[in-house]
Amino acid sequence: MNIKKDFPIFENNPGLVYLDSASTSQKPKPVIDSLKNFYEKENANIHRGIYDLSENVTEKYGKARTIIAKFINAETNEIVFTKNTTESINFLAYTIGDLIPSEKDEIVLTEMEHHSNLIPWQEFVKKNKFKLKFIPITKNYELDYEKAKKIINNKTAILAITHISNVFGTINNIKFLTALAKEKKAITIVDAAQSVQHIEIDIKKIGCDFLAFSGHKMFAPLGIGILYGKKELLEKMLPFQFGGGMINSVSYENASWTEIPEKYEAGTQNISGAIGLAKSVEYIKKIGFKKIQKCEKKLLNYTLKKLKSIDGLELYLPKKQSSIISFNLRGIHPHDVAQILSNENICIRTGHHCCMPLMKKVGILGTCRASFSIYNTKEDVDKLIDALKIVKKIFKK
Amino acid sequence: MNSLNIYKEHILDLYRNPHNKGNLKNPTYEFSKNNPLCGDEIKIQFNVKEKKIKNIKFSGQGCAISQASASLLTDKIKGCSINELKKFSKREVLKLLKIPISPARLNCALLPLDAINEALKNVRN
Repeated sequence: MNIKKDFPIFENNPGLVYLDSASTSQKPKPVIDSLKNFYEKENANIHRGIYDLSENVTEKYGKARTIIAKFINAETNEIVFTKNTTESINFLAYTIGDLIPSEKDEIVLTEMEHHSNLIPWQEFVKKNKFKLKFIPITKNYELDYEKAKKIINNKTAILAITHISNVFGTINNIKFLTALAKEKKAITIVDAAQSVQHIEIDIKKIGCDFLAFSGHKMFAPLGIGILYGKKELLEKMLPFQFGGGMINSVSYENASWTEIPEKYEAGTQNISGAIGLAKSVEYIKKIGFKKIQKCEKKLLNYTLKKLKSIDGLELYLPKKQSSIISFNLRGIHPHDVAQILSNENICIRTGHHCCMPLMKKVGILGTCRASFSIYNTKEDVDKLIDALKIVKKIFKK
Repeated sequence: MNSLNIYKEHILDLYRNPHNKGNLKNPTYEFSKNNPLCGDEIKIQFNVKEKKIKNIKFSGQGCAISQASASLLTDKIKGCSINELKKFSKREVLKLLKIPISPARLNCALLPLDAINEALKNVRN
């Protein structure tokens, strides 16, 4: 099966080698068509519209929520629509204080967090006089699980960790860490931005209280994301934003909130985005994670073999790795590598990848990052390797 | 635009053999500036004598564009008066580089000048 043909961007940009899917994925035709269909045939606002268009859209929006809930083995009303992972985590940083008992005052993150799962907690600890602690990384770009056992303690209020590192592709043993946190009665939050499109996620098996991810990295439109939260916790917290669509009754002086999840969705929502996200879930399910992983693993191994044959190429490799590879060409700045690759129609990402403290810890300025998805092929990898040889040639002499 | 137009020999030469790279022992003024997009950092140090730039050095790591820009700029402004330096424009930096700079690389090219301008804020008249 040729998966590339499902993605119109490749037809419209012949020769495009897109290796930046960890940043945002390309979109398959069914997702694009669902947007077109929505605006051409179905557009109306949800809730309270007593006419067919509105009722139809309300139903579709609700169905989308159910499809997404099933995708991660959650209940429908445990799924809150947000803008993206960043907003989901900020949402929690604003509201989670209500759930923390007074004797707890530490938040545990890892040293490999994206800025989006670091800065909201930096601000939280400043405001609430909490302490921030970090599970360190080893020299193999993996988490130090032995040290984690000591860092997570009775004072731990929240454990917020990434499932897969957006820099090194490290797949973290989150099950182990959430279990440690649960022993200490801490709240567990998982940033699944880099995993939900590669690994089948079952929130009950992971054992987390909250899980955040973005649609646009998993073939869905931009501007739609998810916050999963355990029902009993979502019910306890106060809304993050206030306004239309989230109330029960309102007087000039006061208001009461409606049930979850609508309680957390103030204002007109990204309806077409939610429907598009459900389409992307259906698209992923149709291909199946078994096939996705087989295809990605094959490509990863092929790429690593080829990259290792290039002299002066430094790889940052964890043992258990997703479809993300970070590397550097010795003596050549990542920006310059990307610029020359761009000339060959190859898209990679370079720099600190929104992980400035991690770069400092590893002792590098930044990396070149190639990230793969189901539409990538061996030919893409061959083109990358040829282009890296051109970079070396230009900088030689 | 063919992005290879920017990797001209004079740029690559300066990347391999930068001018005025290092540290001054007793700088009158210095400033470190980073490019938040890529994390690159550049430090500019200089001595001022009779309102003129006496010695100037830069340090830090960066891409070929920012390193070449720092070399060319420090060469150019050595001996300049503070007043001349204050008038030094972004366009003049781009002219020194003699290569087309795309919007994405403008920050790289201008990072050294930005650091100098920050340092100049501390110079007393």
